[in-house]
Amino acid sequence: MKTLVFINSNHFAAKASLEVITYAKKLGGEVVAVTYGSQEGADQLGAYGASKVLVDNSLTVADEQQITKLVASAVESTGATTVIFSHDLVAKAVAPRLSVKLKAGLISGAIALPETGNGFTCKVNVFSGKAFATVSVKTDIKIISLLPNSIQPENIGGSAVVESFNANVGASAIKVVSTKKPEGSIPLPEAELVVSAGRGLKGPENWGMVEELATALGAATACSRPVADIGWRPHHEHVGQTGVAIRPNLYIAAGISGAIQHLAGVNGSKVIVVINSDPEAPFFKAADYGVVGDAFDVLPKLTEAIKKFKNAN
Amino acid sequence: MNILVCISKSPDTTSKIAFTEGNSKFDENGVQYIVNPYDEWYALVRALELKETIGGNVTIITVGNAGDEAIIRKALAIGADNAVRIDAEPTDAYFVATQIAAYAKKNAFDLVLTGKETINYNGSQVGGMIAEHLELPYVSLASKLDVAGNVVTLEQEIVGGLQVVEVNTPVVVSCAKGMAEQRIPNMRGIMAARTKPLEVIAPESIELFTQYETYQLPDAKKACTMIDPANMESLVELLHNEAKVI
Ligand SMILES: Cc1cc2nc3c(=O)[nH]c(=O)nc-3n(C[C@H](O)[C@H](O)[C@H](O)COP(=O)(O)OP(=O)(O)OC[C@H]3O[C@@H](n4cnc5c(N)ncnc54)[C@H](O)[C@@H]3O)c2cc1C
Ligand SMILES: Nc1ncnc2c1ncn2[C@@H]1O[C@H](COP(=O)(O)O)[C@@H](O)[C@H]1O
Repeated sequence: MKTLVFINSNHFAAKASLEVITYAKKLGGEVVAVTYGSQEGADQLGAYGASKVLVDNSLTVADEQQITKLVASAVESTGATTVIFSHDLVAKAVAPRLSVKLKAGLISGAIALPETGNGFTCKVNVFSGKAFATVSVKTDIKIISLLPNSIQPENIGGSAVVESFNANVGASAIKVVSTKKPEGSIPLPEAELVVSAGRGLKGPENWGMVEELATALGAATACSRPVADIGWRPHHEHVGQTGVAIRPNLYIAAGISGAIQHLAGVNGSKVIVVINSDPEAPFFKAADYGVVGDAFDVLPKLTEAIKKFKNAN
Repeated sequence: MNILVCISKSPDTTSKIAFTEGNSKFDENGVQYIVNPYDEWYALVRALELKETIGGNVTIITVGNAGDEAIIRKALAIGADNAVRIDAEPTDAYFVATQIAAYAKKNAFDLVLTGKETINYNGSQVGGMIAEHLELPYVSLASKLDVAGNVVTLEQEIVGGLQVVEVNTPVVVSCAKGMAEQRIPNMRGIMAARTKPLEVIAPESIELFTQYETYQLPDAKKACTMIDPANMESLVELLHNEAKVI
């Protein structure tokens, strides 16, 4: 059995990439990775279980239609029967295309390894994180798009052969006019620790407290929807049903009431800490640890305590 | 401009999520269905705005049973010109996309719009699958969409940022927040919707790729541990030793 893993261009060290290689290795059988762009650093995937990395150096940028052709051609040349993606924005466009192209069933947003005892089934998140479903795949080739932060990368110390691979994917039909990427910040969906705040913070001038706590922890920052809507915070920080869905190890929410639409984006978090002045705030029902108090008082105290802890450890 | 908007139903966001028949079916008891918010607020409203500025026709399509006609009428009341219902249970994304693609192949559309995802299955699959069936480019998670002649300019979310792209029609686009503002249907729209054409067509028979076997609710959360607001050291201690997240 062979498993093919798609890795985003030049993302060999990204945690999401190491997660999918580890996941593929745990399926048993040989793991081959496919990517495009520079092959610099591609061999690191060997340590997590890939025996080979195929790199299409003829592409520097690629749209999802081209990536679909690249992965399809790698499936054909390796004879892989399972294809794994990390469930990110690229995979959300490529995996469905590949499903149609290869006539292969797709499990989108898997959160665990598949069960293969009786058929092939896998657990996914449904109803915006309010339930799970077990989905079976009937086709010979299976595609799985794995939710980030569902498995811990494991360095098993192997090595990978890096090979160039030309899939002749043709020209892109999509012209990129410009890109905007905020510098330096941790992308929310990948962050393991997140500090988030809502309307309870009263105004954008008070976000310094939130940022100080995030910096002390090494966390990303997020916010509730109204806060992004009024323009206190940038839109890419808005989490929830209509924003980004995240599942960090730790989610700290200050001055957020915990409306169901907010919870939909964060209830996959492993541990939730809620800071709210209202003991009746619905968020406490979804929290692991709760602090009833004024965020203006609690946040600086927590930042101090974290700093003390970091210095001692 | 000839636009096809894919509409699905989803349970109202405040619905209680429960399952029946040995956890194999979503319990529809007492559930209010709405038009999936991404489909209604962003895809449909942007399609109507384009039609109002450059002319054209907006067709909505849904794969679903006769019971789904209420959400179809709602979308017609907001302003779509005509509707198509493919008369079948939407068993999985591949089934839905294959049915919609088969219809789109027979009718020339400049734009095929879907929502970012359905809020019940959250798969984000249908748009990409339609695009591959039609061998068209696909721009996912677009937050802006403008048309000049046959060039479509879109702003799209990418990993860690945004990008602006240009692509020629025909193209498939999945629509996210930012593209348009919600519209509330008015009385005239609701009256007009009653007589707008709704075509019901039989599904093509296709092979099933995946199947939802069972559902499960998450384990009940243990009660929240309350911490004294004056003692943040104890919170840090618990996060380190008990929760092991820092
Ligand atoms: C279809 C739909 C989709 C939606 N999608 C989203 C989404 O994706 N994400 C999202 O977040 N929302 C979403 N919403 C909005 C959601 O319903 C809530 O209105 C929103 O989450 C509330 O934001 P908030 O908690 O910041 O503000 P509020 O509800 O105003 O809550 C503020 C909280 O701060 C507390 N507070 C006040 N002062 C202090 C203080 N000094 N210290 C500590 N606590 C304090 C208050 O007790 C209160 O609990 C959606 C709504 C709808 C209808
Ligand atoms: N049964 C359906 N009928 C028509 N369109 C659908 C249906 N299901 C999903 N879609 C469209 O596909 C988008 C993505 O759905 P999903 O892949 O399930 O997340 C939705 O926002 C709709 O626009």
